[in-house]
Amino acid sequence: MTALVDLSRRPGGTFALFAVTLLCLVAIAAPVIAPYGPNAIAPASRLMDPSLQHWLGTDHLGRDILSRLIFGARVALGISLSVIAISLTAGVVLGIISALSPRAVDLVIVGIFDIVTSFPSIILALALVAVLGPGLGNVVLLVSIVFIPHFGRVARAQTIAIRNSPFIEAEKVLGAQTWRVILHHVMPNIIGPIFVLACMDIPVVITIEAGLSFLGLGVRPPLASWGNLLNDGYTYLDQSPWLATFSGLSLILATLGFALLGEALRDTLDPKLRKTL
Amino acid sequence: MTALTLKDAVIRYDRLTAVDGVSLELRRGETLGLVGESGCGKSSVARAIVGLQPLAGGTLTIEGETLQDVSNQRRQALQRKIQLLFQDPAASLSPRMTVRSLLAEPLKIRGTYTPESRARIVDLAESIGLGEQLLSRYPHQLSGGQARRVALVRALAAEPSIIVADEPTAGLDISVQGELLNLLRALRDRLGLSYLLISHNLNVVGRVTDRVAVMYLGQIVESGPTAALFRAPAHPYTQALLSANLTLDVSRRRERIVLSGELPSPSNPPSGCRFHRRCPLAQPKCAVDVPTLQASGERSVACHFPLATAPVVTPQAIAG
Repeated sequence: MTALVDLSRRPGGTFALFAVTLLCLVAIAAPVIAPYGPNAIAPASRLMDPSLQHWLGTDHLGRDILSRLIFGARVALGISLSVIAISLTAGVVLGIISALSPRAVDLVIVGIFDIVTSFPSIILALALVAVLGPGLGNVVLLVSIVFIPHFGRVARAQTIAIRNSPFIEAEKVLGAQTWRVILHHVMPNIIGPIFVLACMDIPVVITIEAGLSFLGLGVRPPLASWGNLLNDGYTYLDQSPWLATFSGLSLILATLGFALLGEALRDTLDPKLRKTL
Repeated sequence: MTALTLKDAVIRYDRLTAVDGVSLELRRGETLGLVGESGCGKSSVARAIVGLQPLAGGTLTIEGETLQDVSNQRRQALQRKIQLLFQDPAASLSPRMTVRSLLAEPLKIRGTYTPESRARIVDLAESIGLGEQLLSRYPHQLSGGQARRVALVRALAAEPSIIVADEPTAGLDISVQGELLNLLRALRDRLGLSYLLISHNLNVVGRVTDRVAVMYLGQIVESGPTAALFRAPAHPYTQALLSANLTLDVSRRRERIVLSGELPSPSNPPSGCRFHRRCPLAQPKCAVDVPTLQASGERSVACHFPLATAPVVTPQAIAG
């Protein structure tokens, strides 16, 4: 709890907490708070401007933009959180193994990281999706692969930085097993920067998902994803700017929220920085 | 009875041989000092003894059992009987753990942690002057002396029979040094510990050790009972080392011997006696022949031309 208070006092922390909380609440309560069904078509009221009936207007099929954005938050959060969970776990495991293994193993793992990172992430995701086909499951899996090296590299570098430090050696002298050293002494000391990285990567995943969907390779319509919404809005931009504007704003809110949360978290997680508020 | 025997130990870092054929014998209940200037390999010896640095040659025997000859499991159990007090105790404490969990750690590692242990940890901490409010602090919130005591309790909780102390008084002011040394001595007598004390602080070594070994460039040049060795060093290097020591005691003040040149690199040691280039008494023979440790009674020295060590025992010498 004190950590939360501390977070909110950091620069941008209040906004970050507000944006992220709002996003999560909206995503969880989507069916309750959305005024219309996300896919309820009403051809009579297409491309309407914001009004009391449709606060943010309607799209080219007469669907309520607000409701679609609300359900889109579910897709965005669901995909980004699962991607981060998968790539963080795999990355940390591989990174620690790499740092503590003999040189040959380390070289192989780092080599794989290098190959994956040498492609621009959206291009690699595009290529993989093109091979395996679009769809929610594939998008999550493939974008996860793209992000594993992010976490793997940081975990490896952090582990290397502390693996010979006196407190690790002190544990060995006490007779601690390797698993104990890793779980109780390596992990707590490397996980801070990794959580920060996770927060900062969430917006990137959201934009990659939106980008893939925009290109028609991500979440398939009619499922409301912010990328699909942007695409629809873009197609009808000359007739009604509302859809593109509001889906873009949602993306900005989410991206900024998580990025600022990451920065505030970085300062909060370091016990040495904690009191220097 | 010997607690620990190190025989012909060789320690290499890549191509650099930091320790070249060092033998040490630590008797049960005694405090053995290991002195020498920075970079002579004394910390490497400490690391090898506690199992952090593999030996490239030689053997380590703990309580009669040679580590190379026993099973992995037995080796771990034996190794745990030797605990190390680190040079920088604050850095040897896991930074994200409270003092309470740091003190519980050795018990958990040995699988002897029970709910009652919590109370025992509080008692243990108070017995060495760490109040209960200190238990919820993190290492970076401790003072140097407190961190050292936490590290000491952790080492003791592993129930060792041998403690290797690497510069235990570094960075402490004189009064805290004295307290710590008294505490170490009291613990030795109470728990029947043996100490290997590694230091370049000759005042500390002279005060608390029973025997002392002097290292130079990865080798032991002289060893013997501390009092006798300090009174009459046999090796010119020991003499120079002692003469450089500051002391307030006028009767013990000696003429300062200033060594010429730098400590040679251990990756390319001088021929013959490793000390000959800096030795004020060097003879042509010293550059060619390698001196070996020659024992006479309790003392041994590796020098072709050792200094006289007062062979005639006069009553005054015993009194001094």
